[in-house]
Amino acid sequence: MGHKRTNAAIWTWTLFVLVAIYLPIVCGALASFNKSRYFGFPIKTYSTEWWQKTLDSIEIGMIVKTSISIALLVTVFSVVIATFGALAFARYEWKGRKLYQKLILLPIFFPQPVLGLAMLLGFNAVGIQTSWMTAVFAHMIWIVPVVTLVIAIQVYGFDPSLEEAAYDLGCSRTQVFREVTLPLLWPGIWSGMLFAFLLSWSNFPLSLYTTGADSTIPEWLYAKMVAGYTPMVPALGTMATLGAACLLLAGGLIGILLRRRAAA
Amino acid sequence: MADLAIAPARDAAPEGAAQLRHARMLSVGARCALPVALLLGIGFLAPLVAIFGYAFATPRSFDVFTSFTLANFATLFDTTNTVWLSFFWSCGLALLTVAILAVVAYPIAYGLNLVFGRWSALISVFFVFPLFVSENVRLYGWVLFFIKNGVLDGTLKWLGLSGGPEVLYTPGITLFGMVYTYLPFMLFPMTLGLALVPRDLVDAARDLGAGRLFIWREIELPLAMPGILIGMLLTFVLAIGATAEAKILGGQSIIVISHDIEIAFTYSQNWPLGSALAVLVTFFIGALTLFALSKLDLDRMLGRR
Repeated sequence: MGHKRTNAAIWTWTLFVLVAIYLPIVCGALASFNKSRYFGFPIKTYSTEWWQKTLDSIEIGMIVKTSISIALLVTVFSVVIATFGALAFARYEWKGRKLYQKLILLPIFFPQPVLGLAMLLGFNAVGIQTSWMTAVFAHMIWIVPVVTLVIAIQVYGFDPSLEEAAYDLGCSRTQVFREVTLPLLWPGIWSGMLFAFLLSWSNFPLSLYTTGADSTIPEWLYAKMVAGYTPMVPALGTMATLGAACLLLAGGLIGILLRRRAAA
Repeated sequence: MADLAIAPARDAAPEGAAQLRHARMLSVGARCALPVALLLGIGFLAPLVAIFGYAFATPRSFDVFTSFTLANFATLFDTTNTVWLSFFWSCGLALLTVAILAVVAYPIAYGLNLVFGRWSALISVFFVFPLFVSENVRLYGWVLFFIKNGVLDGTLKWLGLSGGPEVLYTPGITLFGMVYTYLPFMLFPMTLGLALVPRDLVDAARDLGAGRLFIWREIELPLAMPGILIGMLLTFVLAIGATAEAKILGGQSIIVISHDIEIAFTYSQNWPLGSALAVLVTFFIGALTLFALSKLDLDRMLGRR
């Protein structure tokens, strides 16, 4: 009986925390449908005027394009590097592995605003002009370790004797990698890609210092929050959130399919 | 893979081949780690070296690696400097964040492992998703919630009450924002940690008549500790570096240490001073992280054999 009551309490608490987590996102969505320029609740007149203005804005269009370009490039580069990184992390026994496992975590455990500033200094010291392309590099420093961990979890679950068997049957290393290793790791790599894209898409502290004159969505939102609020701020914020949600939903469904196929 | 059957057999002796493969495995691992190592060497280590170099440069100059002075550190260690107040705020807020999050996240982590069953995966996704929404957007949502005539205030007034409390732009709301932002970083390591507790052990203890509190203190907590520690470390370190909460929700009612670093780099254009401060923070965080990580076996944590 006591057990049941504990479980009910845990359910209630979890749902309460989830509501709290999504509450501010809902508040933002509400504010974006407010007709008047300044936010007041309860909202008197709802309208989609600010959504339309956001969609029509050329400036915002460019910013969205920058954000997408950065996130796409980060995804491609990160996943390739992190796949090998994950194999070194979880698959192979080698001398420096334990040390490598710990060093790779350091960028995750590092405050991003300070990391961003450090990279700005670094670019400055070697005379590289910052732009959205330097931001791709900056995002990777933080995202590659995260994606490596995500893929490593998949690598742990995989049976190395399958690779061994392929070698024994005379496969070359490239063949084994393409025909055995990659297909088995696909679900993990796919999750890694989703993480890479979405973490880059939502990153603010690294972008702030490394995009130079270019601007990403979170940067633009922050600039307007600090000075010059318009309902376009919550509108663009809600659009970015919805975009991420759609991508996660579609990606998640594909991921489930991949997992089924890998299990079959 | 049909063509494998006709591939030529290896002519090496079987035991020789096994040895050869073993030797090759060693180098394959290192070679796989190489791209990551290169990336982090250029992108993580080199900037830290640059910061280190700037920290010893003449104050308010850009003479990196050409001048050497301890003046920046002298400025920081001057007891009248306000950075100590910022550091104190950052550490205090970070410690409180960790303590509150440990209590908030534990029941959820427990539930994800043992109570939610087939709902676990979905609930996890709901907790991950906020990571993909810029923290600016989420924190600004709280501003809209708490602000005068905002969602809370407006709803209470609409109900005929006197309106919501004025909590925005205080240190308390900054703490709230940090707890809110860093929840996933506590929750997921904790969940992994609790998954390490063998259920048979708990059942055996119960069969032998141990009470729930006893089981929790003597079995569950110690065995889940690696995960809980990683969660605490991660939240502490991220909270030390947090700026958005204090700026957006706290309205700069308190200045945190990362904000001080930013101020040195931007408004006061004193890169050497900012670098010296960043070096101190980096050493503090680095020592803490390396110490905690040296106590953990990551294979066991992530592998879930």
